[in-house]
Amino acid sequence: MEKLKNPDDLQKFRKSLESKHRPDMVRIFVCTTGCRALGAEEVCKAFKTEIERQSLADKIEIVDTGCQGLCARAPVLTIEPMGVFYGRVTETDVPEIISRTILQGEIIERLCYVEAGKRIPYIRDIPFYSKQKKIVLKNCGSIDPKNINEYILADGYLAFSKALSGMTPEQVIDEIKNSGLRGRGGAGFPTGNKWEFVKKAQGDIKYLICNGDEGDPGAFMDRAVLEGDPHSVIEGMLIGAYAIGSQKGFIYVRAEYPIAVEHLKIAIEQAKSLGLLGNNILGSDFSFDLEIKMGAGAFVCGEETALIASIEGKRGMPRPRPPFPATSGLWGKPTNINNVETFANVPVIILKGSEWYKSIGTACSKGTKIFALAGNVKNTGLVEVPMGTTLREIVFDIGGGIPGRKKFKAAQMGGPSGGCVPAQHLDLPIDYETVKEVGAIMGSGGLIVMDDSASMVDIARYFMEFCQDESCGKCVPCRIGTKRMLDILTRITKGQGTKEDIGLLKELAEVTKTASLCGLGQTAANPVLSTIRYYLNEYEELIDKKGVQTLLQQGPTAQP
Amino acid sequence: MQKTVTGNKESTPAVDLAKCRAILSKYNSATSADLIPILQQMQDAYGYLPQNALEEITVWTRIPLSKIYGVITFYSQFSLEPRGKHTIKVCTGTACHIKGAPDIKKKITEVLRINEGETTKDYKFTYEPVACLGTCFLAPVMMIDDRYYGKLTVEKTETILKSY
Repeated sequence: MEKLKNPDDLQKFRKSLESKHRPDMVRIFVCTTGCRALGAEEVCKAFKTEIERQSLADKIEIVDTGCQGLCARAPVLTIEPMGVFYGRVTETDVPEIISRTILQGEIIERLCYVEAGKRIPYIRDIPFYSKQKKIVLKNCGSIDPKNINEYILADGYLAFSKALSGMTPEQVIDEIKNSGLRGRGGAGFPTGNKWEFVKKAQGDIKYLICNGDEGDPGAFMDRAVLEGDPHSVIEGMLIGAYAIGSQKGFIYVRAEYPIAVEHLKIAIEQAKSLGLLGNNILGSDFSFDLEIKMGAGAFVCGEETALIASIEGKRGMPRPRPPFPATSGLWGKPTNINNVETFANVPVIILKGSEWYKSIGTACSKGTKIFALAGNVKNTGLVEVPMGTTLREIVFDIGGGIPGRKKFKAAQMGGPSGGCVPAQHLDLPIDYETVKEVGAIMGSGGLIVMDDSASMVDIARYFMEFCQDESCGKCVPCRIGTKRMLDILTRITKGQGTKEDIGLLKELAEVTKTASLCGLGQTAANPVLSTIRYYLNEYEELIDKKGVQTLLQQGPTAQP
Repeated sequence: MQKTVTGNKESTPAVDLAKCRAILSKYNSATSADLIPILQQMQDAYGYLPQNALEEITVWTRIPLSKIYGVITFYSQFSLEPRGKHTIKVCTGTACHIKGAPDIKKKITEVLRINEGETTKDYKFTYEPVACLGTCFLAPVMMIDDRYYGKLTVEKTETILKSY
């Protein structure tokens, strides 16, 4: 590939790709990331063999994509331009899909999505899709993440080119500030303000870090974005680097995400060979280099100061703030850290304008949010909805409700730092503030649905076990507090709890929350506090009676 | 975060350092920032972090062995002991938990007669629960090496383990 020397080159390159694009081709989009676990690669291979065998290469094209969202139907594929969506596809279905659906336009009923006993062949009619608003995930599932040309055809790098050639760094920061974008990692700090701090900080060298250490159990949003549309993250980082004046960036990715690392590596190489990363990008005096850092398995490294320590090659332990990374971060230099999803929001804001972006969402939370929907819900998968969407819409309209004859009991939001939202709050419009008011947090976007067979004390114990195990041990309140709370919760679930235990738990929870050094300890008690708040009766019942073990044997773990 | 010692320790022999040196030769002026990537490559090459390879890292990078141990024992990815031929990763994420992961874990301990974080005496399996595999639609799920096994039941788990 020849390097693009100026913004016009990018436009010309895009035009040349457009002219080569064949709208008459049938394109089959197969998810080969998440769906890989259920044989998507074999399906792809079978398509390629069959296409060759029938000499259909000039009619049909197979596109390996990232997550298409409806993981519950994995492996999934979409056929365009017809807009047909098939799930649970195996390699043996492939010849039939080609001969019947593609060549004769017939629908294969058994592969269609089913809702309320009705088969829905077209993606536009499936409520799971039609009720979402895809801004960040717009390319995820509809382009090949391993091919930069497809990203550029989908208006990729236009936002960066616009910022670089037509906006000053201050204007970029103002645009992001005006958009109301807040950190999608969970805390919700305004992104534009963060950028401004780093921009104004003293220092010749500034670093930009993308936090892809998605550690919350039950969360896979960042994994999906990195796997399915890595260039959107790179472009967001480029815009951020230009705004704050950084020449060097790092993407910190969790070790458990090999596909994300693989796709990022390819994306960075391709961006470099086109001259979109490196020195004097698009002929300007802006240079930016990007490096991948792999995590080594430590949940606490999602905390920004711990993550910095980890990149520096140390034990990933947090340190007190201030100084904040914005003034003294990586190797003591001003450093800006944003989450994967935050960066992926940036290009579209620059391209379409902050006023457009602001029109989506609620008063204090703008734009959309991606949720990883899992647990006792029919349509497990990845969903993107405008801020302010209610829990009911997510769980029932998009998620298809609770399987079997069970009832909705609670939605766990925000993982080990979050809390359980009970049924009485199903109509709560979800944004940063409302979720906090009811005792959970937006968090990174894990949303685990629980039916009426779940024991909430067991859930509290489960998260406490996680936090206790992942506590780095540096500060006493977190190290000892999580351990003692776990002891008490275990005691209660075993039927050995006493009446005093609930008061003791609350007291420990408050101390751990107030006195811990970092976010891990400060939020570790949230699952306990939120379950005591809404399900005190379950605690009391266990203390009065026999313990969760017997309850569990009749409950969820017994189901197939 | 704690490392479990499995009792297989007596059999950690000195290894051939050729692979170790090949990795280190890429780092002519290694800084502390290179330590974790070096350890990750060592573990890929040997399956664990052998004692004499760590000593070689110290000589090459001038990072004290005590610091290297500090890093190794902090991150759950690193192992100081030889690992089994196959690694079983059982997802203990929230979705898996409410769909029965505790029973799956119990079954594995029962069949392999080892605890979490341990390796079987014949070095066939290393068993480690992981926080989340991010494949909640397969819950409860485990991975053996690179292969996913989803929607597990205790019966299915036993059959899968016995097929290895």
